[in-house]
Amino acid sequence: MNNTAVATSEFSRVFRFVLQELKPRGKWLTPFNVISIPVILAGLVILYFRFVYGLGSVTNLNQYYPLGIWIGFDVVTGVALAGGAYVITFVVYVMRMEKYHSIVRVTVLNGLLAYIFYAGALTLDLGRPWHIINPVIGNSFGYNSVLFLVSWHFLLYMITMAVEFSPVVAEWAKLEKVRKFLTRLTLGAVIFGITLSILHQSGLGALFLMAKPKIHPLWYSEFIPILFFVSSIYAGLSMIVFEGTISHKVFKNLIGGHDGHQYEEIILGLAKGAAITMFVYYFFQALLFVHEKRWELITDFWGYWYLLEVIGLVLIPCCMFAYAVRHRKIGLIKVASVLALLGIVLNRLNVTVIAFRWYDVSKYYPSWEEIVVTLMVVFTEIWVFRWIVTRMPVFEKK
Amino acid sequence: MDRRQFFVTSATAGAAVLGIKRSHAASEKEKQEFVGVLCDTTRCIGCRSCEVACSVTNGNYVPDVKNDNALEKVRDTSDKQYTVVNRFKTAKGEVFVKRQCMHCWQAACVAMCLVNAMHKNKEGPVTWDGDKCLGCRFCMVSCPFDIPKAEYHSWNPRIMKCTMCYERLQAGKKPACVEACPTDTLMFGPKRELMEIARHRVYSHPDKYVRKIYGEHEAGGTGWLYLSAVPFEQLGFRTDLGTSPYPEYTKQFLVSVPLILFGVPALLLGLHELSDRKEELKAGEWAKPEAENE
Repeated sequence: MNNTAVATSEFSRVFRFVLQELKPRGKWLTPFNVISIPVILAGLVILYFRFVYGLGSVTNLNQYYPLGIWIGFDVVTGVALAGGAYVITFVVYVMRMEKYHSIVRVTVLNGLLAYIFYAGALTLDLGRPWHIINPVIGNSFGYNSVLFLVSWHFLLYMITMAVEFSPVVAEWAKLEKVRKFLTRLTLGAVIFGITLSILHQSGLGALFLMAKPKIHPLWYSEFIPILFFVSSIYAGLSMIVFEGTISHKVFKNLIGGHDGHQYEEIILGLAKGAAITMFVYYFFQALLFVHEKRWELITDFWGYWYLLEVIGLVLIPCCMFAYAVRHRKIGLIKVASVLALLGIVLNRLNVTVIAFRWYDVSKYYPSWEEIVVTLMVVFTEIWVFRWIVTRMPVFEKK
Repeated sequence: MDRRQFFVTSATAGAAVLGIKRSHAASEKEKQEFVGVLCDTTRCIGCRSCEVACSVTNGNYVPDVKNDNALEKVRDTSDKQYTVVNRFKTAKGEVFVKRQCMHCWQAACVAMCLVNAMHKNKEGPVTWDGDKCLGCRFCMVSCPFDIPKAEYHSWNPRIMKCTMCYERLQAGKKPACVEACPTDTLMFGPKRELMEIARHRVYSHPDKYVRKIYGEHEAGGTGWLYLSAVPFEQLGFRTDLGTSPYPEYTKQFLVSVPLILFGVPALLLGLHELSDRKEELKAGEWAKPEAENE
């Protein structure tokens, strides 16, 4: 048999295999499906109106709040929460800490899907999404634009993460040669990916640097990019803990009779990392607070709101992480990770939506349609995640 | 090809070869002065002829000036009108102020646009190109004057803002609002000349004007300049915008990008090699797990 014939038969084998795998498995009427299917259907109807009658028909966006939760939550927060992928690949491939190897695949998968769906949610918000190719094909490069940089980095990072995850896909499709080739690309992809992540995590903050007169001075500083980057580290770590907790409940049969002790060690390690990065972040915030003489700003609503974020949802979870690591309290780590995540959500929403034009009398509140579409994006991502982990070797094999 | 064209072509080619094409282009740019408009609010009578002329020229909503009582409340430009006139009651009586795009010298919207859909033309006007725009609306986020407005109720939204009548300028005409103004409130010309006129008015009538020309330095300087009899805060102007051009705020970040783009991979590769060495040294302590470098 010649090479072409081999390739063709191999291709048709993979094709038939994928077709067969596309079919759903397991029970249909799970609580998650019962909730998510109507939401996704409703979201599709809303998106029909959005694309036919314009953003104004379903969102509460106006001339003074051009960005709503589709950007503030889906994109800006979603990307921060997906920071775990670059942190863990750094730890495992660059620092070669084998302890965390077992969570690499699921973390990278989470990161990849988060970028595809949350950064992808950007297209829903763009007024003229069919021009999205413009910054790539180069008829008009806005070299001086932070947004130009961020969009390129999103694109490249998605490709990088796809390369990082691709050996799993090849393994699933039983393409041994392809897998070996793809595995060799991993280190390069990891290093490129970490660099891109540093740049676009901070770049998301830099997008708001020119909105200086519009963001409340407690949230605006020239260091927003650095704050965004540092907080994305612990956001990613907390997300791994949070997501791992859910996965261990939901996909118990897939993870199987794995070594509970080893998993505990991983959680403790992640919590330690989160505690340290959170403390650095908190310290930086405190420094900015003193340096920019913000004392007189904390006596009104915005001051309390700021303290809630920085003390309540950064310093306190930071101490909880530290205490829990010292006393090996896994339960407390899970609570702390939820608080830390809330802190990230609040911080990103404050910069993009809540403390944006804080002086305005008519504030922006998301419409129910915007919330449904946001939930739709989250649920669809979970659907795809579930489809992949129940088929591909994502969790550690035992 | 005549002789002149020959010289120009060969000079350009030679300059390009020698790498001085850029400075050549830059010196040519300097000859082109940015134009702007001087708006003397002490002269405005609130007739709103400019609003009508603007909307007629640009094909926007034409207000019914005689009957709509629009001066009763303070309005803003919208996705239907590039300019509006507002009335403010001040200690020195009623003052009318026209509002439109300020056409910043270094515009935030232009710097933020990732596809150059917002463009600072060499003559000075900032214009928008719908064939490039993605509709991300970060121009609206960045603009310190809240000028760009999006058409939220369209499947194919445009970003609506004053163009300083760019097409009329190219035909050698003045902006429509300037031409329509019956009281010489508006004056069109190169900013340098307008500044001279403005300064002259302020200096020769110190009792009539406040000693400030709004737009001289605001946000790095704007194409539109304003004179006023009362402090500008009382006329709805933001005076807390600072004097640095807005693109400066992202400059630090953009400068650090190449540093990170090349520095971080070097650092990471170094760390990777270092950690390898560590593993060799510790080889006795913990056996390599079964997972092959994946």
